[in-house]
Amino acid sequence: MKKKIKININGKPKIVSENSKLIDLIKKLKIPIKKVAIELNYEILDKKKIKNIYLKSNDKIEIVHFIGGG
Amino acid sequence: MIAKKKFSSRLIVGTGKYRSMTECAKAVKLSGADIVTVAVRRVNISDKKKPLLMDFIDPKKITYLPNTAGCFNSKEALRTLRLAREIGGWKLVKLEVLGDKKNLFPEMIETLKSTEILSKEGFKVMVYCNDDPLMAKRLENSGACAIMPLAAPIGSGLGILNKVNIKIIRKQTKLPLIIDAGLGEASDATIAMELGCDGVLVNSAIALAKKPLSMALAFKNAVIAGRQSYLSGRIKKNLMGAASSPVNGII
Repeated sequence: MKKKIKININGKPKIVSENSKLIDLIKKLKIPIKKVAIELNYEILDKKKIKNIYLKSNDKIEIVHFIGGG
Repeated sequence: MIAKKKFSSRLIVGTGKYRSMTECAKAVKLSGADIVTVAVRRVNISDKKKPLLMDFIDPKKITYLPNTAGCFNSKEALRTLRLAREIGGWKLVKLEVLGDKKNLFPEMIETLKSTEILSKEGFKVMVYCNDDPLMAKRLENSGACAIMPLAAPIGSGLGILNKVNIKIIRKQTKLPLIIDAGLGEASDATIAMELGCDGVLVNSAIALAKKPLSMALAFKNAVIAGRQSYLSGRIKKNLMGAASSPVNGII
């Protein structure tokens, strides 16, 4: 069985398999990648280059989008 | 004209506080605005069915102006706008750094710092600020592409509290001057335009009106009327009356 690691996504803890890819998590969560921005450990990711990013224990991910505002 | 780009409407509308996204989209359409402000927030991971703003207002047709609402220092504001740029490559942004949770007045020292940094990074920064002519000048020197003084506290609906300051700012700057925040009814927008402003930004006054769609239309017309009135040149104010009908030939 694969080892599990704990990450934090949008302020909530989440358990994922070790060696899983960030892109697969985003797809699994059905997040429309074109309409969001992603931050990994306080660094903004270039969406064109995220294919090969693997998740590590305690990674902090923020995924944001546009909502109504003044 | 903002940052060398021409827009057809002088009214910018916010997209917050509407009862539904459908209503928001309809109001935007009726207002005739071609710029809308939007906020940057976390995606709801657990509820994937929540409607997305982009599905209601097409960013290809309407310019999204990301704001930094809810940011209380330069660091937060910069983080927010850098993320906004990554969402869709927008460079035109609304900087809004607040200093007090109750009155929502802008924290001008942090605003000034952020304007400088963002401009250097290539952002076109439209800056929410207080109605202080000296601060407006400093923002201009820091690279702001538009000066957006408040009329009154955000969401207060009090209308333009300091017309004199707005007039002074108008006189000293050639940058787009847009009244942002505090308007309550359509006539407030007319007054702003008559003071010589280039545009107004309205959210609460439309979104929270009893009939938001009707109010969106009212603001559209108010801005057009105000601009035309400003360009037409008003008459002088006199203490005494001056009859409109000729005195000669009175029976």
